[in-house]
Amino acid sequence: MALDKAFREIPGTVVFDAEQARKGYWLNQFCMSLMKAENRARFKADERAYLDEWKMTEEQKQAVMARDLNRMMALGGNIYFLAKIGATDGKSFQQMAGSMTGMSEEDYRAMMIRGGRSIEGNRKIGETGDAQRPPKD
Amino acid sequence: MARITASLYTSHIPAIGAAFDHGRTQEDYWKPVFAGYDFDKAWMRAHTPDVILLVYNDHATAFSLQMIPTFAIMTGPEFAPADEGYGARPVPTVVGHPELASHIASEVIQQDFDLTMVNEIDVDHGLTVPLSCVFGKVDAWPCKVIPFAVNVVQHPVPSGARCFALGQAIRKAIESFPEDLNVQVWGTGGMSHQLQGPRAGLINREWDNKFLDELIADPAKLAKMPNIDYVREAGSEGIELVMWLIARGAMADVAGGPKPKVAHRFYHVPASNTAVGHLILENG
Repeated sequence: MALDKAFREIPGTVVFDAEQARKGYWLNQFCMSLMKAENRARFKADERAYLDEWKMTEEQKQAVMARDLNRMMALGGNIYFLAKIGATDGKSFQQMAGSMTGMSEEDYRAMMIRGGRSIEGNRKIGETGDAQRPPKD
Repeated sequence: MARITASLYTSHIPAIGAAFDHGRTQEDYWKPVFAGYDFDKAWMRAHTPDVILLVYNDHATAFSLQMIPTFAIMTGPEFAPADEGYGARPVPTVVGHPELASHIASEVIQQDFDLTMVNEIDVDHGLTVPLSCVFGKVDAWPCKVIPFAVNVVQHPVPSGARCFALGQAIRKAIESFPEDLNVQVWGTGGMSHQLQGPRAGLINREWDNKFLDELIADPAKLAKMPNIDYVREAGSEGIELVMWLIARGAMADVAGGPKPKVAHRFYHVPASNTAVGHLILENG
């Protein structure tokens, strides 16, 4: 039974299902490797060479080097795995999440303190909320 | 015989753990978050369990995409706090209860829930942040903990109905354990949050509070809510809330007993990207 298609009709959201996991397998497993300090050091010393050790697509490697999280999500990345890249770069989860919204770090933080992003207009693609910018793919 | 005396529900936000570990609990930003757990300290002194069955999810820490168990019970003797990329949290090792855990695994599998059994695993913030919030800074956790992990990362994740039924199976299993043990079941994760994409930062205060209301008053109805509603209304990571239904399903009223007493209820926005919810229910 396929996943309810309504999961794909939520704006600004990639639902990580079995298909995305298949596409993103090596991208996510590369991210897992960054849990080890020696791998973080090797990655930082020469990102391209380190990425070439993994069976990732060229597009995925480019997205990692550009730190384009929305692109990485579209190519099968999952945020909990991609967060290891952020940790390697010394970024907090809030900085990472904020970077995907097109907002500045300060504006995103201020939005959260005001109570977060409203659900109104952001339930379904085609409504008029502030999250309707589709992730690039 | 073992008995379930209470269930406890809480978010397990990693930034709360970081604030706790770095002594920032009294800062203006964090003070109202930690104040929501002040009640727990006195309550726990009077209600310390022998064992907690703690339902949480691993966040690409111990389970990568190599293996994705839908439900996993940790039957080993102890579990170290994991290094999630920032160094391991400076909190005590979690001591398990292999006899009770093995008993639960055996009984629950025979009720047609196919649990994965895990004997060696490091536990991440999903498990240790709730313990820190409830018990504060301690040299050793005051009771044994059986970690119970649920896949809420790769869809399809188990439905609320499946989780609620699992909680009922866990209750039967615990109550058939011959030793006289005081057991609590905790459900963790949530509440509304989305950590990805242009919709990151979503918070749905009204939905969260309705979830709390229904979790208390009519969990059987709440359990019928489809997974798409969690993701749409509470954000892509808000799906973690299905885990609260495992703890709720283990309460006495679901098996025809008396309604639980609401000992404590708390809600606050924000902690980092997330709405913090916390509830304690006592069995009558």
